[in-house]
Amino acid sequence: MRTVSLPVAYMPLVDAAPLIIAQEMGFAETEGIALDLIAAPSWSSVRDMLAFGRVDAAHLLSPMPVAMAMGLGGVQTPISAVSVLSVNGDIIGVSRALEDRLREIAFDFDFADAAKAADALAKVADGTLVFGVPFPFSMHVELLRYWFEGTDLKDCRIEVRTVPPPLMAQALAEGDIDAFCVGEPWGSVAVDRGAGALLLPGKAIWAFAPEKVLAVRTEWAETEPHLLRRLMRAVWKAGRWLSQEESRTTTSEILSRPAYLDVPSELIDRALSGRFTISGQAEQRGVTDFVGFHRGAATFPWRSQAKWIAHRLSLANNLSSDTAQLAAEQVFRTDLYRRHLGGTEADLPGASEKLEGAIRHPTAVASEKGRMSLLPDMFFDGSVFEPMQSD
Amino acid sequence: MAMQSVMDSKLTIVVIEEDRDRAIAIVEALKESGNHDVHVVGPIAGLARKIAAYSPDVVLIDIDNPTRDILEELTLASGPLERPVAMFVSGAAGGLAQAAVEAGVSAYVVDGLQPERLKPVMDTAIARFRMVRQMRTELAETRRALEERKVIDRAKGLLMKAKGIDEDAAYALLRKTAMDQGRRVAEVAEALVTASGLLR
Repeated sequence: MRTVSLPVAYMPLVDAAPLIIAQEMGFAETEGIALDLIAAPSWSSVRDMLAFGRVDAAHLLSPMPVAMAMGLGGVQTPISAVSVLSVNGDIIGVSRALEDRLREIAFDFDFADAAKAADALAKVADGTLVFGVPFPFSMHVELLRYWFEGTDLKDCRIEVRTVPPPLMAQALAEGDIDAFCVGEPWGSVAVDRGAGALLLPGKAIWAFAPEKVLAVRTEWAETEPHLLRRLMRAVWKAGRWLSQEESRTTTSEILSRPAYLDVPSELIDRALSGRFTISGQAEQRGVTDFVGFHRGAATFPWRSQAKWIAHRLSLANNLSSDTAQLAAEQVFRTDLYRRHLGGTEADLPGASEKLEGAIRHPTAVASEKGRMSLLPDMFFDGSVFEPMQSD
Repeated sequence: MAMQSVMDSKLTIVVIEEDRDRAIAIVEALKESGNHDVHVVGPIAGLARKIAAYSPDVVLIDIDNPTRDILEELTLASGPLERPVAMFVSGAAGGLAQAAVEAGVSAYVVDGLQPERLKPVMDTAIARFRMVRQMRTELAETRRALEERKVIDRAKGLLMKAKGIDEDAAYALLRKTAMDQGRRVAEVAEALVTASGLLR
């Protein structure tokens, strides 16, 4: 088999691991492809490179292709999310000033209870709270908005502002922002630079949030099905490898290289192990499954996840939720996932949608191989999202 | 605002560029392409406020600039009449957009600006960004070549001393080792210099 080189754009983040590992650990090579990984300076740049054909595939924020399908933002090229690259993995942090005020009211920084953290933050908020996020269409924004609405923070004046992740720690230190929601390693970088403290992992708001997707141009998926199949299989295997405990050290070493994230491997290990240093006082907190690449059918692009994103975006932009959900349904390609990962070791669920937020304990579900178990996916407020049914 | 800019012949263009020399080169090129009002915004702090103050028709930015995502937010946030949208929206600008992405320049234009008015500006910007980028790449390559030259010279010196051979023989040895190991001569030289540093 002749090796075909595929240009792939990504943002240097811990959750780009499935792409980096697919290339570095030989999963791509086994499929007869070589990933030409291009680190992008911004999400707009990743999107444009994909939309205009500079790359064939990309690591994309899960709400980006959904927003594009809804006509939000500048670029309208049809994009398909063929699998989920990672679930969870965002982190919320606050400035030193807010940290001090939270300690004054004896807040314990439990790094787990979203409602409690919101109440405490609302109590100490003084004037407008400015939150930094990486991009206007991101799970970061959706998690924050959802959290604000369901807690005392709804009565606070809050501004959400875009700040490129590598500049987040500096913006926090200089007082441009009071808090942030960002992907690792940038939250831990902020702690290490003494700019702030970590408040919550993203999964405290939604326990199984699709964070990044593997995205391709819809037209490319149709004209290059064989390349797409090889790419999807390589990335799926990389995700499974990443889910093994013994892969952790190697992964953080590879990701820490200058060509990839260029930060110390110890910082990357925090996200992979779920063991965080949350403040300048070296307090440690643990989170299970802080970021997921495989377990619980993590890579399956549930249409209901896309519909939740579309529903939330429709509320924020005064659009029809039904129309938005119809558009979103075309973006998360369960059909391509089934077609290209069928007949491999990957298990396929019987359904393509689920009630989002209804799983409280690991639950066995009907699947092709009969050994699929879904992980808890609750929202912090206990509500359940029922996706719109198109027929 | 959008209506007016269509009727005026003069465009207000904001260039976001921190490097002063590059900014000047781009501004000069743009002035040659027409009688435009060109402004440069440098530092990231207060970017949104500074851009708004000029109410530009077009914003040009290097694609490698991480602050592009802040511009994305601006394009979404402003009111419908003066909403700058990424130029890539317009079908007519499709080919132009691709060329822009490849040349490393992004443009954000006010809604309603006709693609044909944008074209000369973009053509100039693309040509200039390409040139600037090439100069940057060449500079980096020259620098790297010089660094490698130095390392190879040091490695040659070490070999000459350790093995009592002349310069040509030392270089031949480096080159043979590199070929045998499928590595570049500079890499082998680097490894040798590092190792000898450890042994000292």
